[in-house]
Amino acid sequence: MNISRREFLQMLAVASASGISLSACDSDSVAQTGVKASAKPGAPYELPPFGNVSLMHYTDCHAQLLPVWFREPSINLGIGDMKGRPPHLVGEKFLAHYGIQPGSREAHAFTYLNFVEAARQFGQIGGFAHLATLVRKVREQRPGALLLDGGDTWQGSGTAYWTKAQDMVDAQKLLGVDIMTPHWEMTYGADRVMEIIENDFQGQIDFVAQNVVDNDWGEPVFPPYVMKEINGVPTAIIGQAFPYTPIANPGYMIPDWSFGIRDDRMQKMVDEARGKGAQVVIVLSHNGMDVDLKMASRVTGIDAIMGGHTHDAIPRPVVVDNAGGQTLVTNAGSNTKFLGVLDLDVRNGKVAGYRYHLLPVFASLLPADPAMAAYIDKVRAPYKDKLAEKLAVTDELLYRRGNFNGTFDQLICDAMIDVQGAQIAFSPGFRWGVSVLPGEPITFEHVMTQTAITYPTVTLNNMSGTRIKEILEDVADNLFNKDPYYQQGGDMVRVGGLKYSITPAATMGSRISDLELDGKPLDPDKEYAVAGWASVAAPVEGRPVWDVVAEYLRDKKTIHDIELNQPTIKGESGNPGLA
Amino acid sequence: MINMKRRTFLKGTVAAGAVGTAVGAGLLTPRMVMAAWPSAAFEAKSVDSVLDTLLGSHELEGSDKISIRAPDIAENGAVVPVSVTTEIANPESISIVAEKNATPLTASFLLGAGAEGFVSTRIKMGQTSSVIAVVKADGKIYSTGKEVKVTIGGCGG
Repeated sequence: MNISRREFLQMLAVASASGISLSACDSDSVAQTGVKASAKPGAPYELPPFGNVSLMHYTDCHAQLLPVWFREPSINLGIGDMKGRPPHLVGEKFLAHYGIQPGSREAHAFTYLNFVEAARQFGQIGGFAHLATLVRKVREQRPGALLLDGGDTWQGSGTAYWTKAQDMVDAQKLLGVDIMTPHWEMTYGADRVMEIIENDFQGQIDFVAQNVVDNDWGEPVFPPYVMKEINGVPTAIIGQAFPYTPIANPGYMIPDWSFGIRDDRMQKMVDEARGKGAQVVIVLSHNGMDVDLKMASRVTGIDAIMGGHTHDAIPRPVVVDNAGGQTLVTNAGSNTKFLGVLDLDVRNGKVAGYRYHLLPVFASLLPADPAMAAYIDKVRAPYKDKLAEKLAVTDELLYRRGNFNGTFDQLICDAMIDVQGAQIAFSPGFRWGVSVLPGEPITFEHVMTQTAITYPTVTLNNMSGTRIKEILEDVADNLFNKDPYYQQGGDMVRVGGLKYSITPAATMGSRISDLELDGKPLDPDKEYAVAGWASVAAPVEGRPVWDVVAEYLRDKKTIHDIELNQPTIKGESGNPGLA
Repeated sequence: MINMKRRTFLKGTVAAGAVGTAVGAGLLTPRMVMAAWPSAAFEAKSVDSVLDTLLGSHELEGSDKISIRAPDIAENGAVVPVSVTTEIANPESISIVAEKNATPLTASFLLGAGAEGFVSTRIKMGQTSSVIAVVKADGKIYSTGKEVKVTIGGCGG
């Protein structure tokens, strides 16, 4: 038998090694086709072990220690070659592609469909105490398995902000994270990052990033990779930090460091690790999935890129061909909703087969780990009353995720216009921020999950119509550039007050049209009062955005009939990324 | 004296501003700088006129023997690191042109005989543009380009 790794991967890709196992436990759903139930009925998380090298992966948890509601997007457009391909599939198109039964638990975890009713039926997802139980279970099934954290762990909650990430750092250690790579971590500033690595992480968590170098000499700031022996198999884990951190987030917080994709250095690191005897090479990536896919086609010798950043929850790996063979690309969602488990069968120094599961962390099916639950209680205690403040009640589903606007973003824009007396409001196209179900109170904690960043000041500037269009064009190009290496991975800036149309497939400078304010065309030469927050240019003094939103909500008391200001999308009817 | 000229030229072309330093440090007299400085090329407003002025022609031949290394998206448009490597034999000069800059020529390096075809500098870019590396060798002009995006920033992930 002399089957190359390439042939093996091809065979396995055909045999489709993935399996979403949870449907078997859902008594309401009928047997499905296309998805292999690899677990026993009634025991959804009893995954039969496979191979000898296993890696667990979660990413972009955004500091959500407690279980969440999180609505997946109904608009996630792929442009050019990316059109209609994972991750750019939403709703029924997503279910059909992966053979997931509509109405099932997995359909709820992976899509926005029927979100409110399904949320009530299946309950909340994620949270560190439930994730800890699942991690322990997988470790028992797979001794030696490593736990990889893809970053965006230290940011996204009130407690993470107030403790300068200490709540999450201690939670990572308790969870048993082995290796991580960063993005939002950097927004606590270089000194805080180094303090955590040199003290808290020392001897326990490896912080790896091959694509961060110092500005003066181009020398690496962090170890590019770490070698671990898993059941006797030397395995290299290479870190890939978010390449555009100093652009998408404030560069002044990390003034001495340069990022970038640096796939030439990635190739060198892969070759170096192989030269040192690595039989398995994994990239722990915060590139965003489109960038991961392109990188997998250009760099050779990587067995799997396990990615995050764009918050795409993808049930099956994408198998990418390159000059050296094939590379698997996985992306594991966000907000503690999922745990990815990659099993590799390594024989004679090579990967001979794989299995992959992306497991939704249903809180009702996984009892809370007592130690983690006690830790979370303790770390939240000093902030509990402040977080629990009920600001208003919502009659509507509040959510953020999607290419253009979400109802929670609309509230933020409305609040900025109302409280600051602006004509137009811009709110960043972040992909984090949990959902609130109709009938639930909107707490201060909810507001913090939408806004907790280290540069939260609201701004009010006069901008010309020309400048406003330029900003929209610039952000649209970061989202819809046909070359993923020129994308930054956020969604479109959310816009309050101003109406516009967008042609995503057009080129930079010609995507945005029909700009209109109060029924009149935007005057290119006239100045308008524009409110915003999260300015990356330089530190600004002023109110944090959560104060502005909280003030607005306290005043409103109930939220209903939200007028979602969505742009008119041109030229994309029939795009499987558009519901 | 060839070496001396190359040295003064290099000093003068490091992303602008270094001339003042060199003069201030007493390394050069102002007359020496002006003699070595192709001011017309650095003031030219289009890529073609830069090349005509600097190299005597704008007939560029695309070459896969030049590689340009620059970020896909600039972290700071004021200091964009660019390096150029060429395997073309006997390169006489390597110039770096940012097409959309008001004055596109950002740097020009004269290479002595036997010099390795490698230069590295930081350039200033006002907006998203193609950055073109131009290599002169044996009377011919070769080039390759790469798009470098300059963005407002913010709003990521």
